[in-house]
Amino acid sequence: MKRVYVNEKWCLGCHLCEYYCAFAQTNKKDMAWALKDKKIFPNIRVEDDGAIHFAVSCRHCAEPICVKSCISGALSIVDGVIEIDKDKCIGCFTCILTCPYGAITPAENGQAIQKCELCVRTAEGTPQCAAHCPNAAIVYEDRG
Amino acid sequence: MNRLRYVCIGNSAGAVGAAEAIRKYGGQGEIVFISDEPHHTYSRPLISYLLLGRTTEERMRYRGASFYDDLGIELKAPVKAVAIDLPKKRVILEGGEEEPYDKLLVATGSLPFIPAAEGLNRVKKVFSFMSLDDAKALEKAICPESRVLIIGAGLIGLKCAESLLERVKGIDVVDLAPRILSSILDEEGALIVQRHLADKGVAFHLAQSASSFEEGRAILSGGRTLDFDILVMAVGVKPNVDLAKAAGLEVGRGIIVNSRMETSAPDVYAAGDCTQSVDASSGVSKIMALLPNAYMQGECAGANMAGEKASFTKAISMNAIGFFGLHILTAGTYAGDSYLESDGNRYKKLFYSGNRLNGFILIGSEDRAGVYTSLIRDQTPLDEVDFDLLCRQPSLAAFARQARAAKLGGAQ
Repeated sequence: MKRVYVNEKWCLGCHLCEYYCAFAQTNKKDMAWALKDKKIFPNIRVEDDGAIHFAVSCRHCAEPICVKSCISGALSIVDGVIEIDKDKCIGCFTCILTCPYGAITPAENGQAIQKCELCVRTAEGTPQCAAHCPNAAIVYEDRG
Repeated sequence: MNRLRYVCIGNSAGAVGAAEAIRKYGGQGEIVFISDEPHHTYSRPLISYLLLGRTTEERMRYRGASFYDDLGIELKAPVKAVAIDLPKKRVILEGGEEEPYDKLLVATGSLPFIPAAEGLNRVKKVFSFMSLDDAKALEKAICPESRVLIIGAGLIGLKCAESLLERVKGIDVVDLAPRILSSILDEEGALIVQRHLADKGVAFHLAQSASSFEEGRAILSGGRTLDFDILVMAVGVKPNVDLAKAAGLEVGRGIIVNSRMETSAPDVYAAGDCTQSVDASSGVSKIMALLPNAYMQGECAGANMAGEKASFTKAISMNAIGFFGLHILTAGTYAGDSYLESDGNRYKKLFYSGNRLNGFILIGSEDRAGVYTSLIRDQTPLDEVDFDLLCRQPSLAAFARQARAAKLGGAQ
């Protein structure tokens, strides 16, 4: 299935993917209006360590330990995409405790978690981090 | 593909994990769940959130409404399994009905441990806090004027305290241990959480036991008395092994299973709180009564019941629990040298030795904690990562480029 991958050697560390991710979650038309003066809660995060930059988001594992560990049944695999049911989630953070990539974060209100769902529920319907990466360091493709 | 008959004694994480794996790996025969609770599978740890109003009975279902239909599971509930007849491969139910099995999963969970205390039998309003029915009974019993006494400052007792605090007049918590959450926290970490809970209004009486009870009054070992309207016994849990023991399965403190979740009897598997198995972070066989482990053990058992060759060797103790917005994430074994960051509110302690991370305690510091957990579960040699960087901040940058590329699937 298609997933989001990062090509580390091309990542500039510009963090635009984080903004496009946060923008996609708002389902608004204009990024400046949607995000200006707001703290953003992206589901993809760029790690910077000296000259190294790369983005990390949910790997949509075939054997996801977050789903297996979820105590409320809020995380599930839907057509290969690991989705979060925020109504069921009570924000215990067991998934944050288990995700080996550190790809799950508390939601803004702290009472649930949020994660990349490959933009399946956003207006665009396809990952906006990859769509707007200026250097094609983030791609959305099928690598098996 | 096979048409074996699968029977699971249980209707929670272990049984659900098994059923999902049985179907995933081609088991097509009947699956029967036997449960003594009259409920759709639900998440036990969510009962405190139910009382807090942060979930509902419907939302706290562990799987969706169509779960049993989707997987072709027959749920027999509420009915008690009273015996396992190993030679004849059948489970005897209360009332005499029999359930024959080709493959059996024992996922009987745990029960509250109630220590003997003088006068306890004379207390009318005494509750446990393990099941949905416990929570409902407790909710019915409380009123804004209730004084609640909770015996036990562990995970269950304190989640109970959190869930009731805003709804009752006062909460006292008594524990024999000198610190709260003694199963998952060290002294300094426990003090941070205790202070946080005390600030919210929970009154603690530690290093004392309730040596005797009268109606509405507990006498503590130190001599002090505490008056209460509602008593919650949350001293601990014990594996529910009576059925397994009577059937002749090998039982220590819990049902003994190997890494394939096989018990000592052929075609009988066990998973979840009723078992004891090897903790990968210490090599010690112990009870790890945790929902994630129950699911993964059940899943492993189910795969094997369906004819796979699966094993589950990465069980470790781990807990994610929060009180009034303060989150505590812990995993593994607290042994070896330690790395400490503490400012009195945020607390991070990592334990390591022999080139391995053994365990950690994180309070108010949950960001990307799973990177640490994976080091323990995978037994990653610490000289293969930038451990100094990891100590400061869990990150994938601390892994070698090749290892990171493999992790992120971007190797090229």
